[in-house]
Amino acid sequence: MFGVGLVLVMFSLLLIRFVYLQIIKHSHYETLAENNRISIVPIVPSRGVIVDRNGEILARNYSGYTLEITPSKVPDIEALISELSLLVDITAKDRKRFKKLLAESRNFESLPIRNRLSDEEVARFAAQRYRFKGVDIKARLFREYPHRELTSHFIGYIGRINEQDMSLLEANEDATNYLGSDYIGKIGIEQSYEKILHGTTGIQRVEVDSAGREVRTISSTAPVSGNGLTLTLDVKLQAVTEQAFGNYRGAMVAIDPSNGEILAFVSKPGYDPNLFIDGIDEQSWDELSNSPDVPLNNRALRGQYPPGSTIKPFMALAGLTLGKRNASYTIKDPGYFSLPNTSHRYRDWKLDGHGSVDLFKSVVVSCDTYYYGLANELGIDNIYNFMSQFGFGKKTGIDLEGEVSGLLPSSEWKQRRHKQIWYPGDTISVGIGQGYNLVTPLQLAAATATLANNGIAHRPHLVKKIQPVPNALSNTLPNTLPEAQPAPENTPISPPASSPKINLDTEHIALVKRAMVAVTKPGGTAAGAGWGVPYVMAGKTGTAQVINIKQGEKYDEKKIDERHRDHAWFIAFAPVEQPKIALVVLVENGGHGSSTAAPIARKVLDYFMLGKIPKPLPIIKEAENATGD
Amino acid sequence: MLQEIKHRLWQRMIVHIEPVLLSALALLMCISLLVIYSASGGNWDRVFGQGVNILVALVALWVAANLPLHYLMRIAVPIYIGGMLMLIGVAFFGEINNGARRWLNLGIVTIQPSEIMKIAVPLMMAWYFEKHEATLKLRNYLVATVLLLMPVLLILRQPDLGTAILIAASGFFVLFLAGLSWRIIIALGVAALASAPVLWSMLHNYQRQRILMLFDPEQDALGKGYHTIQATIAVGSGGILGKGYLNGTQSHLDFLPERTTDFIFAVYSEEFGLLGNLILLGLYLFVIARGFMITANASTYFTRLMAGSITLTFFTYAFVNMGMVSGILPVVGVPLPLVSYGGTSMVTLLLGFGMLMSIETHKKLVQT
Repeated sequence: MFGVGLVLVMFSLLLIRFVYLQIIKHSHYETLAENNRISIVPIVPSRGVIVDRNGEILARNYSGYTLEITPSKVPDIEALISELSLLVDITAKDRKRFKKLLAESRNFESLPIRNRLSDEEVARFAAQRYRFKGVDIKARLFREYPHRELTSHFIGYIGRINEQDMSLLEANEDATNYLGSDYIGKIGIEQSYEKILHGTTGIQRVEVDSAGREVRTISSTAPVSGNGLTLTLDVKLQAVTEQAFGNYRGAMVAIDPSNGEILAFVSKPGYDPNLFIDGIDEQSWDELSNSPDVPLNNRALRGQYPPGSTIKPFMALAGLTLGKRNASYTIKDPGYFSLPNTSHRYRDWKLDGHGSVDLFKSVVVSCDTYYYGLANELGIDNIYNFMSQFGFGKKTGIDLEGEVSGLLPSSEWKQRRHKQIWYPGDTISVGIGQGYNLVTPLQLAAATATLANNGIAHRPHLVKKIQPVPNALSNTLPNTLPEAQPAPENTPISPPASSPKINLDTEHIALVKRAMVAVTKPGGTAAGAGWGVPYVMAGKTGTAQVINIKQGEKYDEKKIDERHRDHAWFIAFAPVEQPKIALVVLVENGGHGSSTAAPIARKVLDYFMLGKIPKPLPIIKEAENATGD
Repeated sequence: MLQEIKHRLWQRMIVHIEPVLLSALALLMCISLLVIYSASGGNWDRVFGQGVNILVALVALWVAANLPLHYLMRIAVPIYIGGMLMLIGVAFFGEINNGARRWLNLGIVTIQPSEIMKIAVPLMMAWYFEKHEATLKLRNYLVATVLLLMPVLLILRQPDLGTAILIAASGFFVLFLAGLSWRIIIALGVAALASAPVLWSMLHNYQRQRILMLFDPEQDALGKGYHTIQATIAVGSGGILGKGYLNGTQSHLDFLPERTTDFIFAVYSEEFGLLGNLILLGLYLFVIARGFMITANASTYFTRLMAGSITLTFFTYAFVNMGMVSGILPVVGVPLPLVSYGGTSMVTLLLGFGMLMSIETHKKLVQT
């Protein structure tokens, strides 16, 4: 009877086990079975397309095949890649790029070893795929920037999501929307408008078998494609500018003064943003980052230069507005300025001086002595208060990240920064845009636009409107469509809050503008660039010193290494009566504004105003002195 | 007249068939066909295959049931010796399949001698005890133990842990039923524990893994522990009433391994729940109870030992299989008796039940 006891005891044990599993722990195992069964598959939305103001495509998507490796499934990656290279073309560049991606990758994601496989390569791999565990061909949407260098500094680029991006997404509780997304905007508009461009990830709940193969779809939420962007920018104007720059390095920013729309945004040289999308290969990276031309540096947004003489129209307005000067106030220019009771001479660019100079002439011939005296009389803090109204020393608030604020000095700043009091001598060179002054081309362009717009400032911006993509375009299942998106057509970007109008006298503005027009006429410093112009343009040349010239020494362009030559500035707007464009041209090491920067501005304006495709401009004798500024 | 002949022939045919036991077995085999249909994903070939297995096994049952007892006594020694020779043959010339040397190619057929030993070992031991019934001494138990261990060790080396355990169990039951004293059983138990390290060293790596996995299946969730985890999930998610016939997600979505064979209980349990398990346990208990009754009524020492061993071995099958699928025993290759797909085990089992019926019905004939 021991046998009966044994059977009963053992079967009771089984029964207890069944009760434990099927009643007590039932819900636990039910969940596990459900998790086994259901897999959540994110459906990546297609990224919004970016077009310029005329509908020209600047960033788009195309579908293609990539060969991807899931490193966590592969014991020996090197050997695997060597095997693969017998089937598809894998260059040393690809390998290096892959290594870099591997170092930055998140766990368990698959990484591309080759992009844009040809149909033949896809077929060749497909036939041999059973040999390669952890390798897959994936059909994906790729981002492409058809205008390459031309748009690099404002469109930016997307790149693979790295740990840093991920933790940022998690902090913003956006991580679920990026399930399945491999890319995120890294810089430029792609970065600053990431939320709009990315779209909403769809979710598909699929029943899967143990091998992870989909058996059927249980439910699905369609992805919502990212919204497109229409920029304020005109890519043709951009191209004309690039062409006008030739081999010069520099920046150009053109703004519609009436609304702050950026018409062109150039930083030369640019780079090909397409290189960055799947991780740039080491060689290209070295070329870009070690180039003396620093193509990765966004000069328009982040380059800081002394404004030089382009500050003079603003100084003139300060003198008029604050009552230190009027139209008829005239000085005798001996060619230098000295503070009372000192021997130090602040020299004019013209050794023997400009003779008798009033405010109008001071702008037209760019008389330094006039502004030395004016700055001294205004004092640094009055200059600071007046200039900051034009946005100097502050970020413009453009819709790009990484903007720098330049420097508008004040006595308070010097105390804070250098622990020194402000000396009266410090003020003198500020009057002609040297000294501590630093501006970005964007900042100067915005200030010029504000001046052209009679003191009404608009925040410069690159995006004109958001273009919702009709949902029909995204692949959706009809009965599970999400609620129709409240997507008003062509949502304009919230109109940038304009700062209060700067308190300026109409007469004063008119006087300064008249002087700026005269700059481009015979006798003005930009007469060459302004010759024969059929519309009325206003401008001002400027030179930003790269190296200091000692007292009593003459600046001789020919003696100076090209990289140490002065930077050339030109600010302009046209037509004067009702300005449609205000722009800034900065030519690095371009020497004088009149000889390099102004002609570029003229070509840009001719295209903008007349639709003229640029041709070499006639060279005529410049005002008084060919090297004059 | 013809009617009469027919009737008497039929009587002759079924006189050795035990109807109560057969009904319970038939129910279990119906469950087998039902569950195999679901587990195979509606594969009729698999169902027909099992149908053929059942038919062949029923023939074996009929033959065994009609064998007179003295005949069983007579064949015990030749079968055992033949089986041992074939096991030795396997060790030297066996065909390797899935890393195990279990099969012997006899030219015409390929057979698995270890299956024969499931019957031959208890038969031989029962024969031996019958011979020495009058003068049983410790020495006899030792000899019987050697008779048991020789094939068990050979099968363990093949390696085939499941079969070795079943044969060891069947032999142990004979020893036990032959009246081996408790003290000696305990002593043997202690000896077994002491020899565990030796046995451990004899085990193949995969067998060790399986035993280790029992204690912590999660440690290798995607590797060796996968089967146990997925089977446990299947059983647990079945709940009280089950997910319904053909609705088990664990089996139909391929998460369960060996669904129609060793792990068929997981499929059954997932679809029919605790209620189904109770029915299955009940059926097994019924069969075992009937076996015990036959044992108790057995007329000779030999038949009592045989009947008890067959019944308890059947119980061992059921317990070990359900135990391993529900995660309280290591995964050893033991099928769920009469339900798992497979011809060999079906034939071996029904041969055993045929002998049980023979023991029961020939006894009646002797008495009357």
